Amino acid sequence: MKVYTETVVYSAPEAYVNEAPYQIVIVIQDDGSRVTGRVLGDRVAIDDQVDLIETRNGVPYFSKRNQ
Amino acid sequence: MRPVAVIGLGKTPFGAFPDRDLRSLAVEAGRKCLENGQVRPSQVEAFYLGNFAGPAFVGQNHLAPFIGQGLGFEGIPATRFEAACASGGTAFFHAWAAVAAGIYDLVLVAGVEKMTSQATPRVAEILASAGDVAGEMKAGATFPALFAMIARRHMHDFGTRREDLAAVAVKNHANGARNPYAHMRKVITIPQALAGKPVADPLTVYDCSLVSDGAAAVLLAPLERASEFTARPVRIAAVAQTSDRFALDQKEDINTFPAVRRAAEQAYKMAGVGPRDIEFAELHDCFTIAEIVALEDLGFAPRGQGGRYTSEGCTLPSGSLPVNASGGLKAKGHPVGATGVGQICDLALQIRGEAGEMQLPRHELGLAENLGGSGASAVVTILRAA
Repeated sequence: MKVYTETVVYSAPEAYVNEAPYQIVIVIQDDGSRVTGRVLGDRVAIDDQVDLIETRNGVPYFSKRNQ
Repeated sequence: MRPVAVIGLGKTPFGAFPDRDLRSLAVEAGRKCLENGQVRPSQVEAFYLGNFAGPAFVGQNHLAPFIGQGLGFEGIPATRFEAACASGGTAFFHAWAAVAAGIYDLVLVAGVEKMTSQATPRVAEILASAGDVAGEMKAGATFPALFAMIARRHMHDFGTRREDLAAVAVKNHANGARNPYAHMRKVITIPQALAGKPVADPLTVYDCSLVSDGAAAVLLAPLERASEFTARPVRIAAVAQTSDRFALDQKEDINTFPAVRRAAEQAYKMAGVGPRDIEFAELHDCFTIAEIVALEDLGFAPRGQGGRYTSEGCTLPSGSLPVNASGGLKAKGHPVGATGVGQICDLALQIRGEAGEMQLPRHELGLAENLGGSGASAVVTILRAA
């Protein structure tokens, strides 16, 4: 799975104000479909390989793949 | 279908007005418009209202008859249109369609939003409801975040520079400084824009449109009757409304808005013109990257080159295609439901030669692009001197 695009959110909506700043990604999954999720750990960039770490409240959390 | 004209205009200033409520703003714009078109409320046959989130921002629903009563309308159809940031353009499209089809002669279209009574995180939350609430927004995206992700990809694929985004903001701020109705009349520089407070990387506050209160209105009539009301009718040469995939992660290519491309194709065909004929434009710069992508989707700049086109000065008032001479959403302000109708007012002001300090040298054929959400709705309008 790899990162299609990403951003770091500094100005968060009401529900996530306490979590900002946080990184959001659109990930291209192995079946070619895309999903929007969060990043855990190191900041990722476009084309970085990532792994799905967990799903919380229906939101996928990804981390940069260890080389 | 018969030709339709804009015969009257009315706007409130856009800004933060703590002492004004939603209805008073819409009524002010509507009354100014009726006076401008020399039309009595009793002559108006239908009322079309663009409003995105009155119920969430101010707790009032059923807005069209609520505002219609304030304008002195009695008994006529009064309908609210909601298409996120394209709410105003959508109301305008349907009003045009009804007049063009011969259902009505005189219709009033208004757009309004009252946003500044809520704190910023709540505003972000209400705006986010125009995205996929169970998907991208649940992950913590905001509208700035969605457009930041578009900017990132555009920079990656085409080499668009952070300075190109800033050039949009600098231009629109300079333009807004000449607009007495603009929310922010402050000239900024590229270094200032680059050093702005980060909102969603790479976008800073200077890349984002403003949270504003305001209203705008236009009166439509069949072109053949326009001279009864005004010496300066403006012809609606074309208007097209389209839709597209809803969430950003459902799109194959986020560097383009297919809804805008489709609407532009239809509008150019209807008007019998091409992008090279257009003399000036009001584009939906909700974020600086959105103006860059719109330049490409509308055929003004080659794909991937909207940033370069901007940095070369093509979209300045002195350039080959002046864009957002009003200041755009960036500086004029973005009271969401009012925006699409406000764009029509700004095109018509230019065409009528009434734009004051904003007046452009070539102003007979103008285009407006109004975008909803991250591209799920679009309206493209072409106006020309009648």
